[in-house]
Amino acid sequence: MEKLQLLQGVAAPLPRANIDTDIITPAKRLLDANRETMHEHTFEPLRFLADGSENPDFILNKPGYRDAVILITGRNFGCGSSRETAVWGLLGLGIRCVIAESFGDIFFNNCFQNSVLPIRLPAETIAELLAEAGDDQGNMQFQVDVASRTLTTPSGRSITFDLTADRQTALLEGLDEVGQTLKEDAATTAFQAQDRTARPWIYDLGTVD
Amino acid sequence: MSGATTLFDKLWQAHVVRSLGENLDLLHVDRHLIHDLSGARALTELQERGLAVRNPELCMAMPDHSVSSQPGRTLASSPFGERLGGGLRKMAEAAGIPFFGLEHPNQGIVHVVGPETGFTLPGSLLVCGDSHTSTHGALGALAWGIGSSEVVHVLATQTVRQRRPQSMRITINGELGEGVEAKDVILHIIGQLGVAAGTGHAVEYAGTTIAALGIEARMTICNLSIEFGARMGMIAPDQTTFEYLQGRPLAPKGAAWDRAVEYWRGLRSDDGAVFDREVTFAAAEIAPQVTWGTSPGQTLAVTGSIPTPDSFVEAEQRNNTEVALEYMGLSGGQSIAGTRIDRVFIGSCTNSRLSDLRRAARVAQGRNVASHVTAWVVPGSVQVKQAAEAEGLDEIFLAAGFEWREPGCAQCVATNGETVAPGERCVSTSNRNFVGRQGPKARTHLAGPAMAAAAAIAGEITDVRSFPPLGEAQ
Ligand code: SF4
Repeated sequence: MEKLQLLQGVAAPLPRANIDTDIITPAKRLLDANRETMHEHTFEPLRFLADGSENPDFILNKPGYRDAVILITGRNFGCGSSRETAVWGLLGLGIRCVIAESFGDIFFNNCFQNSVLPIRLPAETIAELLAEAGDDQGNMQFQVDVASRTLTTPSGRSITFDLTADRQTALLEGLDEVGQTLKEDAATTAFQAQDRTARPWIYDLGTVD
Repeated sequence: MSGATTLFDKLWQAHVVRSLGENLDLLHVDRHLIHDLSGARALTELQERGLAVRNPELCMAMPDHSVSSQPGRTLASSPFGERLGGGLRKMAEAAGIPFFGLEHPNQGIVHVVGPETGFTLPGSLLVCGDSHTSTHGALGALAWGIGSSEVVHVLATQTVRQRRPQSMRITINGELGEGVEAKDVILHIIGQLGVAAGTGHAVEYAGTTIAALGIEARMTICNLSIEFGARMGMIAPDQTTFEYLQGRPLAPKGAAWDRAVEYWRGLRSDDGAVFDREVTFAAAEIAPQVTWGTSPGQTLAVTGSIPTPDSFVEAEQRNNTEVALEYMGLSGGQSIAGTRIDRVFIGSCTNSRLSDLRRAARVAQGRNVASHVTAWVVPGSVQVKQAAEAEGLDEIFLAAGFEWREPGCAQCVATNGETVAPGERCVSTSNRNFVGRQGPKARTHLAGPAMAAAAAIAGEITDVRSFPPLGEAQ
């Protein structure tokens, strides 16, 4: 996994609640999904018009916001389906941080599997950030510092955000969870040995045939 | 922990392999369901990393999302069936994971097959790379959907890293009115609480209404937990649960069964257990539901009128309503009943089990699907299909003009190519009415199976209570 330490750049305002993963990655695109090309379809229903051309009103199509690295959006972002392709798509568009009042649980988790940082902030703060981000054709620079857990806005305002220590370390060092857990394998073996006596039916499955 | 604990606490505690601090635990995964949409890719990734599946015997794999539901289908009948379904077979068999292909008598939607084979057990921790995994909580399992990186993690380690969510109990008491079913109960709850109310919570459903429901109806309730943001929904196992499970092929037998039941009886919230949030509903207040918008929370009683944007105080809600109405081609203020429809889909992991099909058949028997409507019945599994055919439900549906199709997710998500055409209006027993869910510009109205069957016959959204049984169907 790629490291995420310091992020600097434009933040795109997308003031809309309940953007679900079907909007971020339409189902019909899942079958062809791969990490590299997913972003071609990200936000498809919002980003493109019926004839396939770009929707000029969509924020990431506007001059100044095309290279945004941060997305500021409404509450319950990423609700719905568990599809991790939603995060791949954002990543492919260059978005490494999403700021919202709340997130779909699975999406929130998936972000950390892909070195994308989701930040939860209160509604009033989001409203202020949206205003700042929308101010100036996207020339405004935001900064996210994972080590100090701070977001700095173009006006110089500094906001601290929550991030658990394990997730912070994983982002800073680009640590992969599978590798970390494999080191605990002895604990799993011990758990299973003990559990097998308490709940043998979990381990001794029959067959359906 | 104090004396009185919740069902959720008991389930969680029984699976902690190691505490990783800050509310984060490494939990043992007892059961892992794998499907075609992400399975082959995850297994390939594992192989590429030089890792093996740690406990293939605790997994079960089958194609459901990408396969055609057309009678006489093969993997080649859908655009990605061979690649995804065939790919999954190859990878699963190589890893020693039990696999149910299209020819197998246990193929079906993962969330239908898990419980009906006895793979899902009370007190088990079950995960699957699919958000509706909450379904399995109906048997008293701790079950939730995971992302595809997590699927690789579970395959390699047989554990999942999870932060302990907050607890919530939804109590529903009283008797359900005529024509009201589990789907109506859960849509009503989502409508009342809003689509984000459960975020960060594990939800237990309780109360006399829940206790009186069969296991399949309980699955419908737990299935939709994710639609108000809760990742897990669960119901304490009881006599109904044990009767449902006894004799299922993968359920314990003999002395092991007795021991298991004794253990399962302890899986309930103690009197006085404290939840972070409690909500109560009265069954009598719930009417048959149908959604009008593009989120499961945009639901109303079938007797009701579609809201106007002005009826909301918050600007955001006004805007959401306006956008949803435009997409759905509806205007606020008109009554939802009488809305002309083009399609009906009875199926999905929400409502494709035998009891669901029986309720739909009771409405369909002796009546005919409206001439302008295409109506599908897609059983959730081969087992459901065979059981339905054994009691003649297929003939009732076919005689009424429904199509009787092969098991899978089909039109719920349409990743098998079976889309609802742009602009078409479909009453669907599935769980998501999101923009484009059933195909680009498709308009979805969620409802229960009896309501969906009634809509097929009337050719419009209609109150199932004016469709008394005409025939002998159970
Ligand atoms: S039936 Fe629909 S919701 Fe259920 S697993 Fe299949 S695609 Fe997902």
